[in-house]
Amino acid sequence: MSLDNLSRRRALGLGFGALVIGAAGCGGGGGPKQAQAPATTAAPTEYTGPSVSLSFWNGFTGGDGPVMKKLVDQFNAEHPNIKVSMNVYKWEDYYAKVPAAVSAGQGPDLGIMHVDSVATNAARQVVLPLDDVANALGLTEADFSPPVWKAGVYKGARYSIPLDVHPLGMFYNKTVMKKAGLDPEQPPKTGEEYMAALEALKKAGIQGHWATPFPFTGSMQFGTLLYQNGGQLFADDAGVSRFAEDPGVQALTWLVDLVNKGYSPKNVGQDADFIALQNGKAAFNWNGIWSINTLKEIKDLEWGVAPLPQIGSKPAAWAGSHQFVVFKQRTPDQNKLTAAKVFINWISGHSLEWAKGGQVPARKSIREGAEFAALKEQATIGTQIDYLYFLPSVAGIGDASAVVDQAINAAILLKKSPKDALTEAAAKADKILEANRKKYGA
Amino acid sequence: MVAISAKAKAKAKAAAEGPPGRDVRVPRSGKATPYLFLAPYLILFSVFVLAPALFGIWVSLHDWDYMLEGKPFVGLDNYTALFDDQSPVYGDFWMSMRATGIFTVFSVPFLVVLPLGVALLLNRPFRGRTLFRGLFFAPFVLGVAVVCLMWRLLLDPNLGLVDWILGTPIPWTTATPWAWIALVGVTVWWTLGFNAVIYLAGMQDIPRELYDAAKVDGAGRWGEFVHVTLPGLRPVALFVVTTTILASANMFGQSYLLTQGAPGGETRTAIMYLLQQGLREYKMGSASAMSYLLTLLLILVSVVNFRLFRSRP
Repeated sequence: MSLDNLSRRRALGLGFGALVIGAAGCGGGGGPKQAQAPATTAAPTEYTGPSVSLSFWNGFTGGDGPVMKKLVDQFNAEHPNIKVSMNVYKWEDYYAKVPAAVSAGQGPDLGIMHVDSVATNAARQVVLPLDDVANALGLTEADFSPPVWKAGVYKGARYSIPLDVHPLGMFYNKTVMKKAGLDPEQPPKTGEEYMAALEALKKAGIQGHWATPFPFTGSMQFGTLLYQNGGQLFADDAGVSRFAEDPGVQALTWLVDLVNKGYSPKNVGQDADFIALQNGKAAFNWNGIWSINTLKEIKDLEWGVAPLPQIGSKPAAWAGSHQFVVFKQRTPDQNKLTAAKVFINWISGHSLEWAKGGQVPARKSIREGAEFAALKEQATIGTQIDYLYFLPSVAGIGDASAVVDQAINAAILLKKSPKDALTEAAAKADKILEANRKKYGA
Repeated sequence: MVAISAKAKAKAKAAAEGPPGRDVRVPRSGKATPYLFLAPYLILFSVFVLAPALFGIWVSLHDWDYMLEGKPFVGLDNYTALFDDQSPVYGDFWMSMRATGIFTVFSVPFLVVLPLGVALLLNRPFRGRTLFRGLFFAPFVLGVAVVCLMWRLLLDPNLGLVDWILGTPIPWTTATPWAWIALVGVTVWWTLGFNAVIYLAGMQDIPRELYDAAKVDGAGRWGEFVHVTLPGLRPVALFVVTTTILASANMFGQSYLLTQGAPGGETRTAIMYLLQQGLREYKMGSASAMSYLLTLLLILVSVVNFRLFRSRP
């Protein structure tokens, strides 16, 4: 019996357990092909069975860790028959450990994954399809936002439930803006305004926007500009790369010109752009929403945050997303699965608390509530929700995007011209995409 | 032949008849005895070194992902890809091997010679000697993450203390050759104490009489160093050179944390690329093939190294 042959309806008829047995018993190369009709049997959103314990792994090592721990503790207190224990690893270790643990039959019950890792782990059968969880919890696209919700679908089946999104925003140092005669309450919104502001800053002897060559957040800025110019990193099916086309070259040229025109110093080191914003050496820094709490801790720093300016022809912003996943087990336990659903639903429903850690809740009802609006900074960045972009949901896509990071690095460090760097990287990325298709099946 | 074996028999008989005097004898019962003594090591070696190494060869002949059902056999494809300039790994792999080579060539001489000088100084009697010994060894106890984060901030091209003090705009972490100087410098600062301690221990094993004899023969400080200290340190130096070469060839953390392989991928070492292939992209077959090639080269280097030290002038 292979998972592919097992009809979805039959799986649902047998219950989630049968599906899990299918997945556990005979994991093939490709992964399930189709999600079909929605479930008719709603699984309970409350758990009334015998006591179970769930292990929950994630990589929240920063300021977000204690916030999640608090939520888990509260959940445990409210659900005497479910005991969730949380293990935290560095993300890199986590992504290496989890598949190994799952393959050894020692995997955790549930965890968090970044949206761009979901497809790879779905293809590798580390995580289970969750359509019936979504159905059981009554979650649909309307509860989230289309790009976030669709990002967790691989080959027609859903593998993850969104918890949050974490987009880039534009952080600005008000003191520095004042020094250059700019209105700190009116941060630039368009390309022209942005250039005018950088020019004013330059006249005041300040390099306004430090162009960082490193993935955090140089690659994210490049991607943002690329999508703003109407381009894409990869074709939708990731058959080929598209970042070396005109929009990409324009995007990278814009960043490199920041250096060439003196709006940014040369050779910006890792994190130096963010430190420069804090030290008053730079006025603007496009950085992740997770920076909010870092900046809040600095006394005497007058700062603000705004949506990213629209440099290109349409709005766009890089974003990541943390999503819930359920791991494959050797011996599936129906009680645990039910309890896991209850947990996912509960945390998702309480994601306002999570937002305070520096995230935008994925759940629309919470994002649009008054309480989230009161989190001024998060809400400001959250306004970009409808034009966020994610990598295509294709297995191994991260391998190809690592090549882009190198090209951006070489170009911003003025080692290669933007066009050459991107063209070389595209040739390499296309080979990697091809190798991945062979490995994971098209 | 006969005579010898008869003699041996007689000896064995004598031994079996009982211990004459204070002779302590090993029970003759087990031919297995030596193997039993070896067993704990052999088992650990087989399970944790030999078996994985052999398994690695097997893996390198496949398109291997341990989570996927299909692990197609690809023969030597993973190896030939490393020599085919049209393959997706060729360029990056050899750039990373070059990075490893550059780092090894430039760090090993410093890591072999400087600690020797430090050890010579620390071996002489002077006030506060223990304090200085501690000071030179201190960085070594720090973790690579601490060392690199600290130096990354100190060496930052625009905000760092080092450029501020020197009054220069040197891009220590973002452009070659400066990044190499930074990587080698930080590594030397960090690990110099370890080799110095090994040398120091070796120096203290050289008998004092040799120095006295050298003095009698009229040797000065230089003569003592060349004719007594250096020959006395030969086995220690072999150890230091070999382990330092291997450690430098396996450099990972410094590049990963200090430069992130920048610019482009010029300072990304072989181990860094290997880990990316194997553990981040789950292409274990390809990563295994790369690691075998690297291993082969290191074995060659070690053999040459042993030869050089063996031949006495």
